[in-house]
Amino acid sequence: MKEISSAIQLIPLENYIVLSIALFSIGMMGVLFRRNTIAILMCLELMFNSVNLLLTAFSAYHSDPSGQVFVFFIMIVAAAEIAVGLSIVVMMKRNVDSVDINLLNRLKW
Amino acid sequence: MILLFYLLSAIMIICALAVVFSKNPINNVIYLIVCFLAMAGHYILLNAQFLAVVHIIVYTGAIMVLFLFVIMLLNLNKAIILRKSTVTRVSAVITGGVFFLVLLAATRQTFEIHARYPFASDFGLVSGIGKVLFSEFLLPFEISSILFISAMVGALMFGKKDV
Repeated sequence: MKEISSAIQLIPLENYIVLSIALFSIGMMGVLFRRNTIAILMCLELMFNSVNLLLTAFSAYHSDPSGQVFVFFIMIVAAAEIAVGLSIVVMMKRNVDSVDINLLNRLKW
Repeated sequence: MILLFYLLSAIMIICALAVVFSKNPINNVIYLIVCFLAMAGHYILLNAQFLAVVHIIVYTGAIMVLFLFVIMLLNLNKAIILRKSTVTRVSAVITGGVFFLVLLAATRQTFEIHARYPFASDFGLVSGIGKVLFSEFLLPFEISSILFISAMVGALMFGKKDV
C-alpha cells in the first residue's frame, strides 16, 4: 500500500483536471451532436464519469474519504437514472416507433 | 507510472470520441465499455480500489448490459441514419471545443494546488470507505434505497403496455 502511494505521487493533479475537462467536453459535444436517444444517454454517462474521476482525484490528493463516498452515491443515482431513462426510450419506441430525439420537440415548450 | 496514466487517458479519450462519432449503437456500447474499463484503471491508479470494483460491477456489469438489452429489444443493431443537419453538427463540435478551452482557462490558476496537497491516500479499500459510509453517511445510504425503489416502480410504470 505504501509503495503504491509513493509511486503514484509522480502524477500531478492537473493531469486529472485536464482529463476530466476533456471527457466532460466530449460528453457535452455528444449530447449536442447525436439524434439517437440511446446515444445521448451514453454521452450523459460519459459526463457523469468525468465528474466521478475528478471527485476521486481530489479526494485522493486531499486525503479525505468523503469524496469517494460521494462518488459511490453518484453511481447509485446514475444507475437509477439510466433504468428510468431506458424505459422512457422503450416507451418512446413503442409510441412513435423511433428513437429520434427530434420527434419529442414538443417538450421544448 | 506516468506512462500508464497517459496510456489509460489516450484509450479513454479515443473511445469517448468513438462513442460520439460512430454510427452503430452496438459499437457505441462496446467503445463505452472499453472507456469504462480504462476509467477503472484510473481508479486503481488513484488508490481507490473499492471504487474501481464498484465501477466495473455497476457500469460494465449492469448499466451496459441494460443498454445492450434495450438496443436488442428495440432492434436497433443496424446503423440507422439519424443525423442532424451539418450546421448543427459543426456547431456542436465547435461548442464542445470552446467549452473545453473555457474550462481549461478557468481552472488554469488552480494548477499549483498539487504543491500544497501531495498525494496521500490510504483509505481506498473497503474498510476505509465503509467506516465513513456507515458512520457519517448512514442516512443518505438508507435513503438511496428509497430512491432505488421509486426508480424501479417508475421504470415498471413506463414499461407497461397500457397505463
